[in-house]
Amino acid sequence: MSAARIWALALIVIVCLLVGLSAGAVPLPLSAVWAGLWHGDAEAAAIVRDLRAPRVVLAFLVGGSLGICGAALQAMIRNPLAEPYLLGLSSGAGLGAVIAIATRAGGAWAVPVAAFIGALCAVALVYRLSLVSGRRLDPHVLLLSGVVVGAFAGALMSAVMVLSDAPGVRNAFLWLLGGFGGASWRALAVFTVYASLPVALILFHARSLDLIALGDEPAHHLGAEVDRLRRVVYLSTALLTAASVATCGIIGFVGLVVPHAVRTVFRPLHRTLLPIVFLVGGCFLVLADVVSRTVVRPLELPVGVITALIGVPLFALLLRRTLA
Amino acid sequence: MILEARAITVRYRRHAPVALDRVDCQVAGSELVAVVGPNGSGKTTLVRALLGLLPLEQGSAAVDGRAVGTWPRGALARVVGVVGQQEEALFRLNVAETVMLGRYARLGPLGAPRAEDRNAVRAALERCDIVELAERSIDSLSGGEWKRVRIARALAQEPRALVLDEPTASLDVRHEMELFELIRQLVDGGLAGLVITHHLNLAARFADRIILLDRGVVVAEGTPAEVMNRETLSRVFEWPVAVTTWSDGSPQVVPLRVGEKSQRTINDHLSS
Repeated sequence: MSAARIWALALIVIVCLLVGLSAGAVPLPLSAVWAGLWHGDAEAAAIVRDLRAPRVVLAFLVGGSLGICGAALQAMIRNPLAEPYLLGLSSGAGLGAVIAIATRAGGAWAVPVAAFIGALCAVALVYRLSLVSGRRLDPHVLLLSGVVVGAFAGALMSAVMVLSDAPGVRNAFLWLLGGFGGASWRALAVFTVYASLPVALILFHARSLDLIALGDEPAHHLGAEVDRLRRVVYLSTALLTAASVATCGIIGFVGLVVPHAVRTVFRPLHRTLLPIVFLVGGCFLVLADVVSRTVVRPLELPVGVITALIGVPLFALLLRRTLA
Repeated sequence: MILEARAITVRYRRHAPVALDRVDCQVAGSELVAVVGPNGSGKTTLVRALLGLLPLEQGSAAVDGRAVGTWPRGALARVVGVVGQQEEALFRLNVAETVMLGRYARLGPLGAPRAEDRNAVRAALERCDIVELAERSIDSLSGGEWKRVRIARALAQEPRALVLDEPTASLDVRHEMELFELIRQLVDGGLAGLVITHHLNLAARFADRIILLDRGVVVAEGTPAEVMNRETLSRVFEWPVAVTTWSDGSPQVVPLRVGEKSQRTINDHLSS
């Protein structure tokens, strides 16, 4: 990758973060953002440091993580439409999290664990359903199974909410809408702890993802440990999705939109693709969050609405291309 | 012996009929072995079992003297290069990037390709005569070019054995011949070569030994002249054939039309 592109990318990241800090219910000029960041006694310090900075950083990290999940799943399943939301991982994680929130089991640290268990159950179920047609996984059936499992988890989520007591329902419902309104340094810490390992694991297996994108047998012949890679990717994407869903609700299509956008500009080799997807995914979600909290100010739209508005047309386009 | 299967028996499901029944297959360096047989005779199964991708019910498969199941895949990829029957690319890599995938078994998980990796890619591209394609996107290649790219990728692995499953399927005469000439050159250079093919005549002209499979059993094995006889081929392929001899001594098979009967007729026709 050329140095010019790296600088351009770095600049885009900085601009996105600054836009994230400056936009909101109370728009701040960049000078106020700057002062608020570095001087604790500045007028905007409270807004910038306690409200916007954790929100922007969290949106950035969640966006990057979801982007990486999508890129890894697309290579592994050999399907350009794969991503955590469409594969049912997000809904599985959502169900786990809703149960934890509605029953008020544990605190902020327990919700991601419940979400992780939900995501793993969803992966296992999707995987099992996809084997119905034979011993070999059909990428298209896999996606269909993902949608079915997602719908099933959604139905169970509604049931859990209806059956739980009033405050539990309200908490679960607010969370389910998705978004970064509740972002805090603590939420950021929780997310970072849960997401660091899976992001590192996926980056570490970047080369194997290049190989498995060719199919299982060519990957075997070129030296990839296919079964181990598959376990690593499923577990890592389940954990990343769970951490994201537990922190900010279900946000779809980031994992679909971002890797495709990046592949149109950069080479599709994962060693360089994945870090770029992380940065671009971060910027995408920061900007989507900015739109979500400014477009109907002072109200906030759930950020998942914005990502879906961009993701669904792209999905339709890709579906046409895949089936063509 | 670089590739070695001894009396291997393979069954895809527990009560299914055997896919391979006590099959032996050995390939040494500088030797080209062709596996031929009708559709469904177990050719691809043999290769998959030999490379450790199928569990063996009986027998043993070894690469370079070591049981294939004990090889880490990365280490195995440094000894055996495989060009499978079909492969569809998901992402639009270019040719040089695709051939570089052959170096992954020699690269760490994170490090950038080194000078020796770039040299190996370059050498593989030259060997397959596709240097000018290096920057081309793989989705713009013809069938013959794509085959060559995949052979170059296998050569970039710097293997000691090359396994090709129907390398000339859907190629025209020129590309078929070019490919077999290339494979023969590589084998003469020291590689062990194992080729699955439907082209009996090309197998007879290029291979040192032929293994003829039928319903999972080795029906005949030996030099082309030993294996390619009229009775055996007619029985195995369930179609009458005549066998003549080309000027280099290799047997050549001519499938007979309905109504054509004796081999003598064919020979008379050819000599007249």
